[in-house]
Amino acid sequence: MATPEQFRALFEPKGVVVAGASSHPGKFGFVALHNILAAGYAGPVFATNREAIEVLGIQSVPDVSDIPDGAADLVFVCTPASTNPDLLRAAAAKGITAAFIASAGYGEAGEAGKQAQDDLVALADELGMIIVGPNGQGLISTPVSLCAQIVAPYPPAGRIGIVSQSGNFVSSFMNYAIASGVGISRAVSAGNAAQVGVADFLEFYAEDPATDVALAYVEGVPDGRSFYERLRGVCEKIPVVLVKGGATAGGARAAASHTGSLATDDRVFDGMCRQAGAVRAATIEEAYEVAATFATQPLPTGPRAMVVSTAGGWGVVTADAIHASDLELMAMPDGLRDELDTMLPPRWSRNNPVDLAGGETKDTIPEVLATTARWPDVDAIVFLGMGIQGNVARMERDGPFFPDHGLDRIVAYHERQEARFAATAAELSRELGKPILTATELATAMPENAAVRGVIDSGKYCYPSSNRAVAALEHLWAYSRWRQRRGL
Amino acid sequence: MSVAAGTTLSEAVSKELLGRYGVPIADERLTDNADDAVAAAGALGYPVVAKLCGDAIAHKTERGLVRLNLGDPAAVRAAADELLAAATPDDGAVQVLVAPMVKGSRELIAGLNDDPQFGMTVMLGVGGILAEAVADVSIRLVPIERIDAEDMIDDLATQSLLGPFRGEPAVDRDALVAVLLGLSAAAVAEPSIKSADLNPLIVVEGRPIAVDALVEVRS
Repeated sequence: MATPEQFRALFEPKGVVVAGASSHPGKFGFVALHNILAAGYAGPVFATNREAIEVLGIQSVPDVSDIPDGAADLVFVCTPASTNPDLLRAAAAKGITAAFIASAGYGEAGEAGKQAQDDLVALADELGMIIVGPNGQGLISTPVSLCAQIVAPYPPAGRIGIVSQSGNFVSSFMNYAIASGVGISRAVSAGNAAQVGVADFLEFYAEDPATDVALAYVEGVPDGRSFYERLRGVCEKIPVVLVKGGATAGGARAAASHTGSLATDDRVFDGMCRQAGAVRAATIEEAYEVAATFATQPLPTGPRAMVVSTAGGWGVVTADAIHASDLELMAMPDGLRDELDTMLPPRWSRNNPVDLAGGETKDTIPEVLATTARWPDVDAIVFLGMGIQGNVARMERDGPFFPDHGLDRIVAYHERQEARFAATAAELSRELGKPILTATELATAMPENAAVRGVIDSGKYCYPSSNRAVAALEHLWAYSRWRQRRGL
Repeated sequence: MSVAAGTTLSEAVSKELLGRYGVPIADERLTDNADDAVAAAGALGYPVVAKLCGDAIAHKTERGLVRLNLGDPAAVRAAADELLAAATPDDGAVQVLVAPMVKGSRELIAGLNDDPQFGMTVMLGVGGILAEAVADVSIRLVPIERIDAEDMIDDLATQSLLGPFRGEPAVDRDALVAVLLGLSAAAVAEPSIKSADLNPLIVVEGRPIAVDALVEVRS
């Protein structure tokens, strides 16, 4: 069992060694060093290379034993499997307590590899070292700007802690982080998970002050009962979003060859997640979206949702989505209707969804949103008031008449308004402790649009459709309800 | 009663075992011959069902060893004689089980299963002849708490089946919770149980009653 001190060495090392650094830009030993230096890690960075060459301005040394005592506590290992036992011994002698093993040729490589992996774990245990991998792609830790991985990209800082049984899904999640602006605290590719696995990292994230929500990609869990009990313990502290590969017979065959995972009865896995309080996402993008929602929105205290929309059709399909979910499309309270009547022309919907029906002036949207959000019975809001003005502004800004004919002023006004709407939604959400989710297809269609930028700048996730916002909100309510019912 | 021997338990022993943990079982009698079967039917009230019962008999329906809707003593006598005559030497000791003909338009299934990765699990599902096609089931790991049992009921997609239905009242959720908690308790208290099937669990006036049960034990 890994200790908190070992996890600290892994994610917040005082210095890092890249073992097996290479001057060839196509080799892992080059890319790992490059990424650590490029992301701006502030601690000392060392490199080993048999010929003691200079790589990326770092003068490498022939052996880990040539590194100053106590200067580093993490080694990123790109050396051949056969040399790694001696490397770990030398590293331990220098005070290094954590190793990320990117080297292949272990459990994934037949019987001899399995034996080498078992031997490596036994050696690490004896040396008191935590080893992650082997055959993993690396780890990131944004609180210390550490990008110790052989894949890209490096994501923005945030509150999501990731562990994955597939290294390339770490990369996918980081791409989503960049696209959405909702960032990551730590991420790790568990590789063959020889010594530490998914449950170990989830338990670390539950105690990690930098992490508010855990996100895991799993293909199999070797000890199902123990995994369940540990997962449940984590869910009592922080939300956990799981996405599982190999849920179908065809996928399970692929998982068997990828990570050697046994086929699982998916109905059992699903029930296990529900019992443990974990949110199970159906797809990778849903998994990131839900994790990003947990990271940026308060938990709803109930299922009653209001829709605030500037367009009728948007509200209608959102009402359908809410009706089909475990959320409640709450009946419009009489008192709230009376209040909104004073702000809107008579043609507004006078119902939930609140459809402003084009009746808004400069301050209408923030005022209606605030009045609705403040209403005591309202637990959550899906806000569809964004994008129209930003879209108009975009077309006018890009058209042949800009900036003449007063276009410069109106474009700036539209863009200011969009940013203001997004900021209002975020402020109300923070002040009231109620989730307010903003959806517009511009999130993917035109991410540089003022509406989308406004949402991202407000620290929230911009949902590409109201259906996806409703799905994310439903997961938040499921977790909130799980906690409430257990007195948590 | 011991659950140590054999691979499957007879219907009567299975029911007795699960009944001890709160699983509701239809009132029923084990009889050795046609005379006793007729007497039992008279005591239970007509109509009744008669089934051949023995440790080695696991697939009664497939073998035609279940006679439904027997309305008078003559029908019970004929059924008992035929069932006893249908027993083969492989069946070992057999008896005729007589039970009231339980009627309800809704059928559920519930049970226990030993999952290779997660260990003992408890299951609730929609039953009846379309059960496999509908595949509406919810599973949890044993042991479960009341909240888990309530969640399992909420998990079922076919919620309309649990409300008032064809002139019958809504399913009594507390009674259904008791079935699931009873199965979980049985699995905890009797580690020799490998699987259990309550199929069907007929909803009678809103209350689920197990009209068949099969417990498999570790050999």
